[in-house]
Amino acid sequence: MNALSLKKDASRKSAYDLHSPLGTTIETHTLAIVVDNEAGVLARVIGLFAGRGYNIESLTVAEVDHHGHLSRITIVTTGTPSVIVQIKAQLARIVPVHEVHDLTVEGPSVERELAMLKVSGTGEKRVEAMRLAGIFRASVVDTTLESFVFEITGAPNKIDAFVDLMRPLGLSEIARTGVAAMLRGI
Amino acid sequence: MTRQMTGAQIVIKALKDQGVDTVFGYPGGAVLPIYDEIFQQNGIRHILVRHEQGATHAAEGYARSTGKPGVVLVTSGPGATNAVTGMTDALMDSIPMVVLSGQVPTFMIGTDGFQEADTVGITRPCSKHNWLVKDTNKLAQTIHQAFHVATSGRPGPVLVDIPKDVQFATGTYVGPNKAEISHYQPQLKGNIDEITALVEAIETAERPVFYTGGGVINSGTGACQLLREFVAGTGFPITSTLMGLGAYPASGEQWLGMLGMHGTYEANLAMHDCDLMINVGARFDDRITGRIDGFSPKSTKVHIDIDASSINKVIHVDIPILGDVGHVLEDALRLWKSRGRKTNTASVTKWWAKINEWRGINCLAFTNSTTTIKPQHALQRLEALTSETERYITTEVGQHQMWAAQYLGFEDPHRFMTSGGLGTMGYGLPASIGVQVAHPDALVVNIAGDASFLMNMQEMGTAVQFNLPVKQFILNNERLGMVRQWQQLLHGERYSHSWSESLPDFVKLAEAFGAKGIRCDDPKNLDDAINEMLQYDGPVIFDCLVEKHENCFPMIPSGKSHNEMLLGDEPVTDAISGDGAVLV
Repeated sequence: MNALSLKKDASRKSAYDLHSPLGTTIETHTLAIVVDNEAGVLARVIGLFAGRGYNIESLTVAEVDHHGHLSRITIVTTGTPSVIVQIKAQLARIVPVHEVHDLTVEGPSVERELAMLKVSGTGEKRVEAMRLAGIFRASVVDTTLESFVFEITGAPNKIDAFVDLMRPLGLSEIARTGVAAMLRGI
Repeated sequence: MTRQMTGAQIVIKALKDQGVDTVFGYPGGAVLPIYDEIFQQNGIRHILVRHEQGATHAAEGYARSTGKPGVVLVTSGPGATNAVTGMTDALMDSIPMVVLSGQVPTFMIGTDGFQEADTVGITRPCSKHNWLVKDTNKLAQTIHQAFHVATSGRPGPVLVDIPKDVQFATGTYVGPNKAEISHYQPQLKGNIDEITALVEAIETAERPVFYTGGGVINSGTGACQLLREFVAGTGFPITSTLMGLGAYPASGEQWLGMLGMHGTYEANLAMHDCDLMINVGARFDDRITGRIDGFSPKSTKVHIDIDASSINKVIHVDIPILGDVGHVLEDALRLWKSRGRKTNTASVTKWWAKINEWRGINCLAFTNSTTTIKPQHALQRLEALTSETERYITTEVGQHQMWAAQYLGFEDPHRFMTSGGLGTMGYGLPASIGVQVAHPDALVVNIAGDASFLMNMQEMGTAVQFNLPVKQFILNNERLGMVRQWQQLLHGERYSHSWSESLPDFVKLAEAFGAKGIRCDDPKNLDDAINEMLQYDGPVIFDCLVEKHENCFPMIPSGKSHNEMLLGDEPVTDAISGDGAVLV
């Protein structure tokens, strides 16, 4: 992170700020954070968000380099532009953090999420659920005579749309992984 | 060179290889193997405190007065939790500190064992970084890494948690030179384009001011020297935060005094009216800025800081320079000289005329008394009687702390140790012990209040045991003075629980610890009493009975701007009102 990326705007977060931050636009940013895969590293990152009152919309983490002991954390967060800059600076100074990338700024990027949905029902509803799953290219990973478990991969808004459609058709359980994201191009 | 030794031996060897000469600590079950090794060597001096919080503040005093990291050794559970306040204090004030804590053996972790606590969990938010070492072979590497993190970039506290079985087990020692190089390498050099922008701003500024902070002192004496050269060369006025006092000498002609909530009139108005603010290693703390939207509205702001997260956190700056203060000042000074040492002399002269008008207000004047000791007067006399000596000052937190910053002059860095960011009552006495350990022949005075002193008074035992002649100068008003002042200003003079009944007799208390006690309540005897304290070769508690209802001025009431200061002769009841009342 260089100084230039911090130049954009001033935060108004202070005990002496007597004015509501309303009116400042809230932005959604996707951050990719490369960290040492060591004990407690996720607690450090989450603790930063909790301790300083930042938002987490979604979070995924897994080791990506077994030999180098590196994990990649993808966080979707929201805040005013100055809060986003502050989040990145705070993340960057955590000792086991190697890199902080703001994919929303550095983009364009691709974002994908995996979800599993359990839909219970019989008759018309069951047929309709299967038909819509086909349209969304969701696959069936488990079935009984009265239920399906669908697996769907895609951008978060595509999954949102699929979830909305399944709701009246007997949706009983959802598991979502959160977003994994990557910059397009080389 | 690598060799096999026990974990406890590795700890001692690693500390020695890191140049540690002093450890502040308190033994307990989970660190007994390390204490056994301390017993069998002479290279490291162990100072036995009376409470682990005292160990952390003593380590802060040691670190702040030497520039070297302070080292603390505590046991598991309560030993570690008692260290939390001092670690948080060190984090807020960027003091390098390495805390080594014992832990229950690895096979007992998670079983709620005796004196078990999740130490790395508890200290995660109050340390720069911390480690739980589960393998003796990784112990040396981790301790070396801990020193690297504590002292690199923006300094701060770190903790290494060492289970007892790891201390007993045998492993391989690696020296600091063989240890793996950390990827944690903060940027030291500033961006040359930004430095050029700073120099250009210096060349044209009409109403400039240097606003410096603890970052200058942390950067080292070289950085302080560069700052002095820059200030002298440009002829610009300079003010500083509480943490930065001493980086520029208080006797310097361009010195405006401290700024902020209890800063001087001239410093705060210069900040408010300037057209160029050069922030060197300070962080726009709320004690400094006052009301954000009224903070220095007309200035171009430059911010030199090694911590990217400090830049643009609360105040938008126009020229951010990420880097070490010393490196950036060196480059900026060289560039400014090579471009012909230009400043806008005519305008700066006019600016000084304005500043001298403000100085004429004499904002630190107070009404003295011939019958009661005014706390300001007591500090003026202490200053007069000690300013020529090799002197270190620590403080507790409250009115006396602000008066110390206002009425004592600091000519050099590393001479003023105080709890700035966290505002920890009970800091000063143990800190004075740490300073005295590092500077055995110097005069070390802790400016205290009666209430703060009581918070860690058990450390008098440490001072007596180790023959540390620390002077505890208590401005005793039998009140929690700053709380009382705020209740007067904000809560209609309803003094809820802000006075102390049944204070101890401080003279007898000193004698009970084996120290000397002196009491003074008459301005006529004050000089003699202070001299008696200075001449006594040993720890002293000086009970200075002062005016009980003195307020600390000037004051920027919370929620107000720099140009809305209260001076001593104005009515103050309910001075804080409306929006400001919710602020601390």
